Amino acid sequence: MAYEKLIESLSPNERKILPYLKEKKINKICEKSGLDNTSVLRALEYLANKKIITLSSHKKKIVEIGVNGARYRKKGLPERNLLNLLSEKRVISLEEAQKQSSLSDNEFKASIGALKKKAMVEIKNEKILLTGSKEEISKKSLEEIFIEQLPLEYDSLTSEQIYALKSLEKRKDIIQIKEDTLIEINLTKLGEEIILNEQKVEELIERITPKMLERDSLWKGKKFRRYDLTSPLPLISGGKRHFVNQAIEYARKVWTEMGFEEMTGNMLQTSFWNFDALFTAQDHPVREMQDTFFTNKKAELTNKKLVKAVRESHEKGVDKSKGWQYSWNEEEAKRMVLRTHTTCLSAKTLSELNKNNIPSKFFAIGKCFRNETVDWGHGFEFNQTEGIVIDDNANFRHLLGYLKQFFKKMGFEKIRFRPSYFPYTEPSVEIDIFNPEKKIWFELGGAGIFRPEVTIPLLGKKIPVLAWGPGFDRMIMDYYNIKDLREMYKNNISELRKMKFWMKT
Amino acid sequence: MATVTFNRKQFEKEIGRLDEKMQNKIAMLGTPLEKFDDEKIEIEVFPNRPDLLSYQGFKRAFLAFLGKERGLKKYKVNKPEKDYIVVIDSSVKNIRPYTACAIVKELKFDDEKIKELVDIQEKLHLTIGRKRKKAAIGIYPLEKIKLPIIFKALEPDKIKFIPLESEKEMSGLQILQKHPAGRAYSHLLAGKQKFPVFIDANDNILSMPPVINSQLTGKITHETKDVFVECSGYDFETLNKCLNIITTSLADMGGKIYQMELNYKKKRITPDLNPEKMKISLENTNKLLGLDLDEKNLKQLLEKMGYDYDKGNVEIPSWRVDVIHEVDLIEDVAIAYGYENFIPEIPSISTIGKEEQKETIKRKIAEILAGMNVLEVSNYHLTNKKDQFKKMNIPEEKFIEVEGSKTDYNILRKDLTHYLLKILSENVDAEYPQRIFEIGRVFLNEETENVALAITPGNFTEVRQILEYLSKMIDIKLEVTEPEKLPQYFIDGRTVEIKLNNNSIGFLGEIHPKILKNWKIKMPVSIFEINLEEVFKKLI
Repeated sequence: MAYEKLIESLSPNERKILPYLKEKKINKICEKSGLDNTSVLRALEYLANKKIITLSSHKKKIVEIGVNGARYRKKGLPERNLLNLLSEKRVISLEEAQKQSSLSDNEFKASIGALKKKAMVEIKNEKILLTGSKEEISKKSLEEIFIEQLPLEYDSLTSEQIYALKSLEKRKDIIQIKEDTLIEINLTKLGEEIILNEQKVEELIERITPKMLERDSLWKGKKFRRYDLTSPLPLISGGKRHFVNQAIEYARKVWTEMGFEEMTGNMLQTSFWNFDALFTAQDHPVREMQDTFFTNKKAELTNKKLVKAVRESHEKGVDKSKGWQYSWNEEEAKRMVLRTHTTCLSAKTLSELNKNNIPSKFFAIGKCFRNETVDWGHGFEFNQTEGIVIDDNANFRHLLGYLKQFFKKMGFEKIRFRPSYFPYTEPSVEIDIFNPEKKIWFELGGAGIFRPEVTIPLLGKKIPVLAWGPGFDRMIMDYYNIKDLREMYKNNISELRKMKFWMKT
Repeated sequence: MATVTFNRKQFEKEIGRLDEKMQNKIAMLGTPLEKFDDEKIEIEVFPNRPDLLSYQGFKRAFLAFLGKERGLKKYKVNKPEKDYIVVIDSSVKNIRPYTACAIVKELKFDDEKIKELVDIQEKLHLTIGRKRKKAAIGIYPLEKIKLPIIFKALEPDKIKFIPLESEKEMSGLQILQKHPAGRAYSHLLAGKQKFPVFIDANDNILSMPPVINSQLTGKITHETKDVFVECSGYDFETLNKCLNIITTSLADMGGKIYQMELNYKKKRITPDLNPEKMKISLENTNKLLGLDLDEKNLKQLLEKMGYDYDKGNVEIPSWRVDVIHEVDLIEDVAIAYGYENFIPEIPSISTIGKEEQKETIKRKIAEILAGMNVLEVSNYHLTNKKDQFKKMNIPEEKFIEVEGSKTDYNILRKDLTHYLLKILSENVDAEYPQRIFEIGRVFLNEETENVALAITPGNFTEVRQILEYLSKMIDIKLEVTEPEKLPQYFIDGRTVEIKLNNNSIGFLGEIHPKILKNWKIKMPVSIFEINLEEVFKKLI
């Protein structure tokens, strides 16, 4: 049977309304199928998707029952109540009539008006007289018939209905006229075939229930209702790591696989670790408020021997260096700053290094801070990835080798090294990576070999230390195609839910 | 970051065509090519090379680098002539103690050259001069001056001259208060009883360093042929370098350098363009760079960087400020060799990789919470008082402020909770329920690692269930107790204090509607935030 598969894919509700589709009106379908409006609408939509029907909608004025109207439909119109009262008494005082009919002032007045208009009653000496015939009294009024028929399309009202409408319109909340979208249902040829054949398909299994699994007879030999397998679904999302942290976890894995040990430490550091231990002269512009976040805190420098060595390195130099030739101020070194680079962690690691552990390699990935205004390309917080290699035989080519390997793992095959300058490295290198899609080089940050003025005070001897601290965020932006740095920490929940995973391997 | 702009026509005429190869060469000298068009070329100069801040200085270095004019460039320096004297009065000692001076003759100035000169001065002021604090430069038309010159300090009301870009005579104080340059640099003379001035033999004030020159005696024009140059400041060595950079640039523009006699207690003569000497070891060079150069290579490479080399001795140009150790020479050898020519290599040394244990634990916690269908967020560490205190209804106390922040983020966050509420308030349009967490640093007495989680719409039971699940999964027993002192933003009777080993490590509960209103959040929120340091102690 050609239509079998399609019929098997109909849900129970779709099948339920199938016989009533010719009714064309949704409220009728609801009535006959016993389903609510929403279920019918949804089922119609599914049927339309399956091309069994076509749906078209038209804007139409609809006359609907109002709040009071709904009440009157059940209990009868006020004038009906009054008539009932009068049919017993024939004559009654106005006061008494209102009291006995328990109508409100408005309802009472309206009822009298309506009955007078139809010449059913007369008012004389504050009394109501019934004048209508028995037949007239028992007959349903046009208004009564009308409210029973609602809702109706405004444009197809009969003249009697229009009369009733005009009359009821004046009264409070009996009827309302609404602009409504009328859905027109038309059976397609396919639909007609489906209806003809529907009976031939037996009852299908909708849900598999535990009960069913207890009794084979409930499912044996029966067919399962087919699902609409390819229709779009509402999206869901789950809990997950923030994409920046996913990238950091990946880089952490790359470094550890390359034999590096992780360094961590405070973001709030003394100037000593952030600058002085890294041979950055105290009048260097980076040590101004314009570039660096200074705090109102100071911290004691406890390692006096190291402080002395660093002072000497700055003032007179070590290892035949001339140093910076100025008077180094310990107080300045105590000022606490938000670290401007993770290189302060490298300095600390060198000062604590067990000399038996050479060669050794360390890395860090962490937040750093610069006093910047915020725009698409700048922010006051950024991530850096740091690395040092302490090895008697380390040389410049090794530095380039480690960097090349790391960036390859980060997905950048093409990498360029340029001369650069940092107070604490010599030679110094600037790292550029190439974005093959945009065909541009972009600058990631620096690397180099620590100067003897840095390593001798920290390590106590002259050993080459390869060091790097390129920015990390640019790589994340590149991967996720983020154009504006501010997007990184915007925490837009809808966007985070949609954000794909860091899938580099 | 200092950038310098050159005239492209001049560059192409005197150096070579700016094709792709040339562009690359510029970068490979260590002066990134920032941008260029038909008229201009802009390069970046790193702070260690102020000698490249003038076109002349750059051209000198670059021609050597290209191999066109190798080795140390020599300049003829003429001895001081009669009256080429600057007397340094003892009154400047505690105000601006040093000056280094020179005379350069037979120059030809046009608008372009005058602009070039002003540019060099300004760039040097900004960099090596530390915004004129460490060194300030003055250049004067010699024809308007009568030598010798005296450098002394006078009381501000005794200083009277017409400053540049002005028509009226002004006193020292008036200049600081009213003249634009005076206002810009007044902080450098603030608190001084006397201000330094250069005065010529006619008793005319030439300038009041580091602020401004005189309109009458301190302005270079097309007529100027000979100039008097002075640098003043605190560190004689820096002034010398500054003077050398300027005089050699002027000499490259066609001038002849004359020395001056500086009458300090001990007489000094400047400029001193004699090269400094330093030793370089071929072995150290090869070891640090991983190369296998011979001495001939070394000599050639050093000459490409403007040095002279002879048997382990290097002669360093007197305008270089950055060569203080052998490694500085070795870096220049690497630059001359070409960074692009090094073959990267990974040595076979054996080390064991290791992740920091705290980071491992943090990752586990994040994985557990993500598994509970909670989304991780990531906030700034800096925040502001309004978000941290006012909206949270807690007292403004014990916080760390950063100085001079350029944004309204100016204190370090004390908790993650207020940031989670901020996120919820910014995401009222996103589909509910919303479940978010963050693991990160907060700044109290100590810098500690916290974890916080928020659910909306959420209630006490839900967050407590999550925390208990978490505590079971990481095998840490957390105690839930009636709080002794409740943070103001929680609802009393719906909040518990979390303890570990009897130490309070945080709170869990429902956020008070008052606070939700402050944040314009229209759903109930339940939150926990705990300090992880105690957890680390238990697990590590």
